[in-house]
Amino acid sequence: MKERFIKSTLFLCALISIVVSLAIMLTILIEAIKFFQKESLFTFLFSSQWAADGAFLKADGSTGHGIFGAVSLFWGTFYISLIAMLTAIPVGVMCAIYLGVFAGKKSKNLFKPILEVIAGIPTVVFGFFAVIVIAPLIVGFFEIFNISASYESALGAGFIMGVMIVPIVASLSQDCIESVSAKRVNGAYALGMTKKEVVFAVILPEAMPGIIASCLLGLSRALGETMIVIMAASLRPNLSLNFLEDMTTVTVHIVQALQGDQAFDSSLALSAFSLGLALFIITLVINMISVYLIHQFHKGKNL
Amino acid sequence: MKLLKKRKKSSKHFKLFCKMGLYLNLAFLVVFLGSIAYMGFPAFNQTYIYMTPSSDSKITSLLSRSEQRKIRLQGGIKENAWFLANSEVDQYVKQKFSRLKDSQRSLIDTLKQEKRIETRLNLNFFFNGDSKTSPEQSGVLAGAIGTLLVILVCMVVAVPISIATAIYLEEFAPQNWLTRIIEVCINNLAGIPSIIFGLLGLGLFINFFGMPRSSALVGGLTLAIMSLPIIIVASQSALKSVDIHLKKAGYALGMSKWQVIKGISLPMAMPTILTGSILALAQAIGETAPLMLIGMIAFIPDVSTSLTQPTTVLPALIYNWASMPEKAFLERAAAGILVLLGLLVLLNLSAIYLRKYFQGKQSW
Repeated sequence: MKERFIKSTLFLCALISIVVSLAIMLTILIEAIKFFQKESLFTFLFSSQWAADGAFLKADGSTGHGIFGAVSLFWGTFYISLIAMLTAIPVGVMCAIYLGVFAGKKSKNLFKPILEVIAGIPTVVFGFFAVIVIAPLIVGFFEIFNISASYESALGAGFIMGVMIVPIVASLSQDCIESVSAKRVNGAYALGMTKKEVVFAVILPEAMPGIIASCLLGLSRALGETMIVIMAASLRPNLSLNFLEDMTTVTVHIVQALQGDQAFDSSLALSAFSLGLALFIITLVINMISVYLIHQFHKGKNL
Repeated sequence: MKLLKKRKKSSKHFKLFCKMGLYLNLAFLVVFLGSIAYMGFPAFNQTYIYMTPSSDSKITSLLSRSEQRKIRLQGGIKENAWFLANSEVDQYVKQKFSRLKDSQRSLIDTLKQEKRIETRLNLNFFFNGDSKTSPEQSGVLAGAIGTLLVILVCMVVAVPISIATAIYLEEFAPQNWLTRIIEVCINNLAGIPSIIFGLLGLGLFINFFGMPRSSALVGGLTLAIMSLPIIIVASQSALKSVDIHLKKAGYALGMSKWQVIKGISLPMAMPTILTGSILALAQAIGETAPLMLIGMIAFIPDVSTSLTQPTTVLPALIYNWASMPEKAFLERAAAGILVLLGLLVLLNLSAIYLRKYFQGKQSW
């Protein structure tokens, strides 16, 4: 009797995670549907003009119409994430190869904590660092070449985001590199290959799905990152390829839409939920691909 | 032979190249910690001015606003005492950019020669709440208490539920579709951007259940949902790694399933579960984005005493101070970061200590 009671209590606790997932999806979905009843889905998906100001409360109490085209917000998000990944992938994979192949126990004990410390830094602190230290450095550096850079450049935000992601990419990739089958690695050494040759001929090809998966997880982290971009990127939607210009992201506008005193059912406040829904779907898809790849990697390993 | 040498050399170069990645991280960390400490440490000192009843109004204007108000209410300075200077004077004394006029600068210089200016440990920073107008009066106390409250709520909600879920999934769950759905949900929750949890907190707790905005209760619940999957996964792997022979021995002695869990699995897995929980909470402490959406970056000067009162947290203070125009607030943001990082280091050390302590205890 007691046993059954305990079991059902535990089961109820486990159900909470389903309930929470459902609650997240439902809240966001319902609010997003409310938004799309007011504003057009077509504009949201295909227009690059974001003029939410129109939706502010007017003096006579009515709300005006804003234009909610999210293309340039998504562009900013992807572009800054791209810069972040261009920083994080090379450094992260380099770290992973060193820690997984070359490092002895001593240097692992020395270097692993560095990555752990970086992984533990709160993102608001990264954002502060980007604004105070990195942005002036970037502006100063490009001034030497007479190129004017914005203090809120995509480069600054992306670079710091990359630094934030390095530990994720490094530790997951290291796991994959270390779990490459020892038989093949030893076989390669037995053939007289140097460590570099083993890395390129055996380890990397086999660990590649895992490494790609960890990079994808890093990417989904970058897409959803908020504090760094809200501090280091700007509010201006900007569809540009120039990484020295200011840009804005989806997450910045989620926060922006919910600041201030509009009613919860205004288009502006609801737009946060539609942006959140889009972000949720994108990160979910990326996460699923990466989980699938890791699964494939572990299945293929047992050959 | 020549070829072999070349290959070995190239392997060595490659090793160095890979090591570079780690050195880059090390360099970043040094620059990062160095610049934050360089910016933040001055905020732990604060300038005071020695005032006498005969001091003229020019000197009084150098004091902090609240001190000036106190003096006005008293009807002038009654006795010789040290008074808190305002932040511009403080910045000038610390030889940083300040917006003082030249006449004020020379006045300060003469005061310095008369030894009527002193910098002391800035106790205000540790024992005051936030202040919008005077950086010299603003402190981290309200934020620190708020962070403690939020984390308390988060811990009380998240840890028991997560451990129970992990036990259910590891020990009881049948292999059916429901179990698989729960596992998938947990994995999905772990990968969702934190800001989405803020939307959940706003939509569900505040809009739907009508809980008070900016309160520690909503903040704690939101962070609890965020840390659920992390703690569940950690607890699951801890339970998984319990020695199967010990459990079988338990069953052989006629213990029931729950007795085995209570008497063998949980005590064995506890250190890892605790470590995982502490690390998840450490992550939750630094989280800002979801809290922004439920209104926790509002300016709140007072220390909150209940869970339903508007509360501020340390990361919110840092964010607010970082976006202020006065240089003295930037200094405070950096100092706030030092406090936050100190807190995180403390938590991580306690996690390491717990792990070591329990490992020493179970040496069978």
